Amino acid sequence: MATDAVQPAEVWTPFFGRLTLDWIPYHEPILVGTFGAIVLGGLVLLAILTKYRLWVPLWKDWITTIDHKKIGIMYMILGFIMFVRGFADALMMRAQQAMAAGGAEGYLPPHHFDQVFTAHGVIMIFFVAMAFVTGIMNYVMPAQIGARDVAFPFLNNFSFWMTVAGALLVNISLFVGEFARVGWLAFPPLSGSDYSTGPGMDYYLWSLQIAGVGTTLSGINLVATIFKMRAPGMKLFDMPVFTWTTLCTNVLIVAAFPVLTATLALLTLDRYLGTHFFTNDMGGNAMMYVNLIWIWGHPEVYILIIPIFGVFSEIVSTFSGKPLFGYKTMVWATACIMVLSFVVWLHHFFTMGSGANVNTFFGITTMIIAVPTGVKIFNWLFTMYKGRVRFEVPMLWTVGFLVTFTIGGMTGVLLAVPPVDFQLHNTLFLIAHFHNVIIGGVVFGVMAAVTFWWPKAFGFKLDDRWGKRSFWFWCIGFYFAFMPLYALGLMGVTRRMNAYMDSAWQIYFVIAAFGAGLIALGIASTFIGFFVSIKNRKALACGPDPWNGRTLEWAMQSPPAPYNFPQEVHVRGRDEWWRMKQEGFQWSEIYEPIHMPKNTASGVLIAAFALVLGFAMVWYIWWLAIVSFFACLAIGIAHTFNYNRDYWIPESDIAKQEQKGALA
Amino acid sequence: MTMLDTPLTGRIEGPAGPAHTADHAHASPTPIGFWIYLMSDCIIFGCLFATYAVLGYGYAGGPAPHDLFEPGFVAWETALLLFSSITFGIAMLRAEAHDLKGTTLWLIVTGLLGLGFIAMEIYEFNHLIHIGAGPDRSAFLSSFFVLVGTHGLHVTGGLIWLVTLTIQLNWKGLTSANMQRLSTLSMFWHFLDLVWIGVFSFVYLVRLV
Repeated sequence: MATDAVQPAEVWTPFFGRLTLDWIPYHEPILVGTFGAIVLGGLVLLAILTKYRLWVPLWKDWITTIDHKKIGIMYMILGFIMFVRGFADALMMRAQQAMAAGGAEGYLPPHHFDQVFTAHGVIMIFFVAMAFVTGIMNYVMPAQIGARDVAFPFLNNFSFWMTVAGALLVNISLFVGEFARVGWLAFPPLSGSDYSTGPGMDYYLWSLQIAGVGTTLSGINLVATIFKMRAPGMKLFDMPVFTWTTLCTNVLIVAAFPVLTATLALLTLDRYLGTHFFTNDMGGNAMMYVNLIWIWGHPEVYILIIPIFGVFSEIVSTFSGKPLFGYKTMVWATACIMVLSFVVWLHHFFTMGSGANVNTFFGITTMIIAVPTGVKIFNWLFTMYKGRVRFEVPMLWTVGFLVTFTIGGMTGVLLAVPPVDFQLHNTLFLIAHFHNVIIGGVVFGVMAAVTFWWPKAFGFKLDDRWGKRSFWFWCIGFYFAFMPLYALGLMGVTRRMNAYMDSAWQIYFVIAAFGAGLIALGIASTFIGFFVSIKNRKALACGPDPWNGRTLEWAMQSPPAPYNFPQEVHVRGRDEWWRMKQEGFQWSEIYEPIHMPKNTASGVLIAAFALVLGFAMVWYIWWLAIVSFFACLAIGIAHTFNYNRDYWIPESDIAKQEQKGALA
Repeated sequence: MTMLDTPLTGRIEGPAGPAHTADHAHASPTPIGFWIYLMSDCIIFGCLFATYAVLGYGYAGGPAPHDLFEPGFVAWETALLLFSSITFGIAMLRAEAHDLKGTTLWLIVTGLLGLGFIAMEIYEFNHLIHIGAGPDRSAFLSSFFVLVGTHGLHVTGGLIWLVTLTIQLNWKGLTSANMQRLSTLSMFWHFLDLVWIGVFSFVYLVRLV
């Protein structure tokens, strides 16, 4: 990120486009230090990979894998890495605002601060929350429906690498050029070519567009998986609730992400070809962009939270030792939320001035969403009621979620009242509200899910003490970090402020920064927990069903075999694994060959060239853009000439694998 | 493969039974997957139609539909694309009849019709830009070019696919994998036809009456 207020002069050469040495921030000590650390870390990683001869396994077993479980794990790794990056941005903002009161300038100049809050939002939504929920859905859902993989395994690998390509492009902007300074949704005309010159905004557009392709394809894939790959006998209303929420989420992805694709494409054309969709003059209409982006944006927040509702449903019923209370109402509530999420988008800009009638309609639809959400909360509470509740770590996160999310939901209903919104629009009250539901909902849910399904993925549990520490730091840290922002918002403090004059506000910002510090300890506890647990994996080793689970994923070995289930499962109703356990189920020892898809390098190669294409477009390096575009196309076509895409796992291998699993 | 006996003590309900075949008994997920893709693509077009509806009257003092669109020209374009759908249908029938030669022939005819459509569109765009009615002239022209152009890009993609698949058909024959690909491309091709009917009606026809 270049920190002088004046951007490097616009020069264009045929070979490098508009990329000049002036765009490399080598005069920025913080960035040079970060870059040095990343290079050093990278070199250490390369050395380790070389020393232990891990290059071939890494390529064969992970990068080219089409196994939904491995792809799920890679999504989680991507999520955690980007989480660190996005959280570093959060700490920078909290530190700046804690300092910059009453005329003090703090340490971040405005145009740097603007890049930080834009990057924070973009990274946290697209590359952290989305990566996490997609990872969990990828790992768990096919196992819950008794499938061996997703419907389109190659597409799954490709989707993942496209997401990675988008994430890499955002991170490249840190060291080559700059990032957008427009806020995470990049409203024009600020994001148009008149007011956002330089490559920052183009990094935003191309990285989201590339990652968006991956997300849409993954949505299509998972919907088709649920419709077509269920184990014999599993009717829709026999599916575990997490699978239901995965279905609703991916329907939302398929319906909403094309809107994002179209909207960003139109903005890209405004910037590159001088069209007039969202310009102030020549007939353009900037509010058209705001409408379109929120028609995607509101379903997007439900894309993040609905799978988390599924996670908590599984955890609550498992740790209460009871079937979920009100299964059918849970499913219908999810479906209602799915539909309603498309008719509330205007509540994000009541202040546009569309009139009392329009605002009333969207205010009421917004409030109605609280009803199915309330149904869910009561279902979870009634599941716990008179159950034998075990307060393991996933359950702690669940209870933390129930309290925190309910508060966030109530402030949301407050904001849904248009006259109140006119007071609170774009204030820190809004920031507090959506962090309240995203942290209290999505982040707590992801942490719960990681703790809950980790033993399934790796065969050992996570360390209990560090899990509890992480929870308490996160939970208390959250309240310290965001409750002061509610108060500030009510005082009228607007969001995205680099500095402020009224020093009476400073104490609230200092408390918020303290809370962010507690959250940092929570995150550190999580990583220490991973490290400690991996170190003590022998002592923490557990069987395939450590929590006494209810759904089919617990019928697999831990870690699962590539084919998931040695024989096909016949489903007779809900909580099939629970029933099978009651009946003393054993896998048969007569095996038959299993049909599986083969790994392929096409996905990662296309994504690599898509990354080059994005970079070339950002910097106007037209020759490279053309070359990489045709490379993507050629690899894609070449892939279709490969008809030899699957193989059979012989009985002997299955027998061996099953014996190994039985011993573990 | 036959069903594997999992020793269950309970009674097995549902569709599972001894006659059931395992694993690859799942019907191919490709048709439904491709349908879902088409619906998502349809939403992209929906956004572009909505944009045209909202911005299509922003002439910014520039030319309006009456000054630019020629109904005769568009009618020919439409005819080419609609006939290409019919010829694709005939190619499908030939493929069902295991007639590789006939399939190839009708696919080539389909491709040529599609190519003619694209050529006419490129001519029209070039002409408009030439007379100063390019996509940067007004919001109306921006939304016109992008909606019609996006459809044109889809048809171009369809043509690349069609050429690739014709080669593959003549390489591997009318195997079940290739039949699946053929019917998927056919869905795509008819979908583009359908979108064009929308374009023809809302972009050209309605704005000329």
